Amino acid sequence: MSTRLFGQRVPRSEDPRLVTGNGRYLDDLGHDALAAAFVRSPHAHARIGDVDVSDAVDVEGLVAVYTYEDLVSDQAEHGSRMAEALPLLIPHPTLTHGRTPYPLANGEVNHVGEAVVMVVAVDRYVAEDAAGRIHVDFEPLPAVVGIERARDGGRLVHEDVPGNVAAVMVQQTGDADAAVDAAPHSLELELEIERSASMPMEGKGVLARWDADDQSLLVHTSTQTSTSVRQAVAAKLALPVDRVEVVTPDVGGGFGVKIMHPWPEEVLVPWAARRLGRAVKWTEDRREHFVSSAHERGQLHRVRVGYDDEGRLLGLSVRFWHDHGAYIPYGLIVPIITSTQLLGPYKPGVYRVEFTSLYTNTVIVTPYRGAGRPQGCFVMERVMDAIAAERGIDRTVVRERNFIRPEEMPYDHHLVFQDGRALRYDSGDFPASLEKLRKLVGWDDFAAFREQARAEGRLVGIGLACYVEGTGVGPYEGGHVRVESDGTVVVSTGLTSQGQGHQTMLAQIVADELGVPFDRVRVTTGDTRRFKYAVGTFASRTAVMSGSAVAMTARRVREKAMRIAADALEASPEDLEIVDGQVRVKGTSPSGANVSIDLGTVAVLSNPLRYAFDDAARRATQFASPADPARAPISPGDAPGLEGTEYYSPTQSTFANGMHAVVVETDPDTCEIKILRYCVVHDCGTIVNPMILEGQIHGGVAQGVGGALYERMEYADDGQLLNASFMDFLMPYSTEVPTVEIDHLETPSPLNPLGVKGAGEAGVIPGSAAIASAIEDAEGFPIRRMPISPSELFHLRQEHQS
Amino acid sequence: MNTGSTNTEQTVAVSVTVNGTPYVVDVPPRRLLSDALRHDLGLTGTHVGCEHGVCGACTVLVDGAPIRSCLVFAVSLDGTQITTVEGCCADDGEMGPVQQAFQDCHALQCGFCTPGFITLITGYLEDNPAPTPAEASEAIAGNLCRCTGYQNIVAAVQRAAELRRPVVEERASRSPGEDR
Ligand code: FES
Ligand code: FES
Repeated sequence: MSTRLFGQRVPRSEDPRLVTGNGRYLDDLGHDALAAAFVRSPHAHARIGDVDVSDAVDVEGLVAVYTYEDLVSDQAEHGSRMAEALPLLIPHPTLTHGRTPYPLANGEVNHVGEAVVMVVAVDRYVAEDAAGRIHVDFEPLPAVVGIERARDGGRLVHEDVPGNVAAVMVQQTGDADAAVDAAPHSLELELEIERSASMPMEGKGVLARWDADDQSLLVHTSTQTSTSVRQAVAAKLALPVDRVEVVTPDVGGGFGVKIMHPWPEEVLVPWAARRLGRAVKWTEDRREHFVSSAHERGQLHRVRVGYDDEGRLLGLSVRFWHDHGAYIPYGLIVPIITSTQLLGPYKPGVYRVEFTSLYTNTVIVTPYRGAGRPQGCFVMERVMDAIAAERGIDRTVVRERNFIRPEEMPYDHHLVFQDGRALRYDSGDFPASLEKLRKLVGWDDFAAFREQARAEGRLVGIGLACYVEGTGVGPYEGGHVRVESDGTVVVSTGLTSQGQGHQTMLAQIVADELGVPFDRVRVTTGDTRRFKYAVGTFASRTAVMSGSAVAMTARRVREKAMRIAADALEASPEDLEIVDGQVRVKGTSPSGANVSIDLGTVAVLSNPLRYAFDDAARRATQFASPADPARAPISPGDAPGLEGTEYYSPTQSTFANGMHAVVVETDPDTCEIKILRYCVVHDCGTIVNPMILEGQIHGGVAQGVGGALYERMEYADDGQLLNASFMDFLMPYSTEVPTVEIDHLETPSPLNPLGVKGAGEAGVIPGSAAIASAIEDAEGFPIRRMPISPSELFHLRQEHQS
Repeated sequence: MNTGSTNTEQTVAVSVTVNGTPYVVDVPPRRLLSDALRHDLGLTGTHVGCEHGVCGACTVLVDGAPIRSCLVFAVSLDGTQITTVEGCCADDGEMGPVQQAFQDCHALQCGFCTPGFITLITGYLEDNPAPTPAEASEAIAGNLCRCTGYQNIVAAVQRAAELRRPVVEERASRSPGEDR
């Protein structure tokens, strides 16, 4: 047998292209396309009056200017649906007041950055020249900014949404408040997390080409879901779906923001391309990304918890307010995830959660890596630390006492998860993970280190946080595998890639299943010309969903190969094996005619039409058996070609888990917070490629550190985003990110053929929780609000001194 | 962005050598170097992550020194030698030492920031052929990456230093006395 690739640190096949400047990202395509730019609202809330374009029309190179009126007339004349509001992607019965934006603002703007006018010109410089000369009359309205202002309901974002409330949702397993009241001990906490954002290094972008001869549209977009963009564009432009294809080129990071779709630009650019009969491209600039894409994380939580003398939870009642911005096209996914994943590895006793999702005049909120989990983890872990402090118990011990035990798996929380299915953990060994973490960070030796530091006049603290992450949500993902006559194996899956190394990881799985060398496998993702049905890349689902799908498909293709090869070699399929792309009788050496046959030749044999275009076809003639005149060349139920398509569709999510421990040092004078150590124990089931997995964890931790110490969206009361640049929105550089020490625990998922659980988001989830825990430990007073800056720490110190 | 064809903006002829190839490009005075490289010369390896000089994705070497190509006008570069990520390959067109180190150390995920790091590190190692990890981290601390958490990029700096040593030694033996 050749060595199994599953579990190996296989170098990425993507890299040679990307490191030599040969990647193809959205703005690298369509050099001759027209360029689009947008006039965006400078106001957080305003009515739109006249739009005066007279100054712009003499800009040389201007091609077109579009306002909402043009969408209305297009709808009237061509039957498109461009003048309708964009879809509410994920409706929910509790989402009683869902409002979504129009592609171009219709009479009113609700956040700074909302697109009002679209300009198309020969290049972006000229398009921006023209956009700068368009005058829009705005009548400013009072802005609603922040959870408190939204909640008091005195000002409204949308006139027809009372109290700014889009949804109130409750889930409970019993009377939690009664359980808290009856408990021997109880605590109340208010906990807050501020806004951050995915902030991929490449913003969004769309290129559309209309082919008038073929009456078809080819769209490239920097998305996490090409199949759904295809459906959306076809519906909006009223084109038959089979006249629209959407291709995802190389994508410079997504982290959630690109799962949202269709963005206004994703329908406007194709629409303009079709109207103009020319290729049109829009590449988002960084400021546009700040003010017109999406943010996440802003939530305020109020918790009541009751527990016994040992610190065991008896009742947990959580109320929280979620700021979802001006519109809610992505529905309630983020707060639903917070409300369920908050429970982490613990048994909460009786649980009740209620959230209110509120409109504000700010950028919309859609999932950012972790998607509501960092907030939930922060809440639960702060509760654990508060109980430990109140009871005087070690923080790891309190957690241990509340863990779901491995023998209790699968564990049903009797709640409904984000996918509408049961919140039922499939696997995990939390005590074992915690033990690994204690060892890795040296939990028991920390007291000595603290004493030593104190003697040197230094303040240090240690903290930890645990989480469970529902990964690999359904409903399905598919894989297509075809063996070409030269032995190349082409694989495609519909979901997209944004840097996770899918081409490598999926090729490892297929190479193992088919018995072919890794470098014979070519993987395509996110191209609707190759694969029509897919969901997308989010919720750490690729390894679970597409990994399982391509594994199942490869197994099916292997069966067919064995059947055909058995015929040719006059052997029985059970006696055959595939090694290095050669099908052979088990145990024989790979040379010699009629003893082995290469997969390429099997592919030729699988097709009764055999023109001798290539060597493979000529080689196959030696195996051709005389045609049986009584039999059709293709038997019923069979198909030509050595290929197959299978779908993987699980009944529920898998649940990965992990635990982080952090050591921080806080400067006694400057309040600077420095991370000395960052330790991760991670259980995502079986591991396809440890190198890629560790990379995912490193990147997640960096975003967790950013969210805990640096990143926030600084909105003024009038709804201006004050820090909409990389100069002012602080993302960590290499000097801010600690070295991450990692240990793995592998408890395979019983739910899928590979035993994998997914890992994309894991690293970011416990960041704020663990770092808050460590700062609290260093300072000796509670940290209830993240992120925390040195000046905020300074004020907290002052408060706690007086 | 695309270049204007029917646009009659006044242009200036700029002579530059990019990755060893001489070019004369006609660009409007306001054309950024990043746009000129990407859209006039078709060298799309240079990426634009912010266009305000903070992320470093657009870093190229001008006469051996790193600059942010989104912050300079192409016209100001007349007569210079520019190296982009495409020019960091080995002589045979395969991956150069820094590029190879990035693959070896899994120092890239989406790859969008990568060209800026590769040009930066290529220039840095010329002056600092054997950095410590702390020096390596400092050296790359002006460039943003949202994917990797930097740990593997720091490792790649060390690995690149190791990989280029024989190349440098060979170069030194070929041209003794050449002062860098
Ligand atoms: S694009 Fe030049 S520094 Fe960001
Ligand atoms: S690899 Fe994606 S931004 Fe650095």
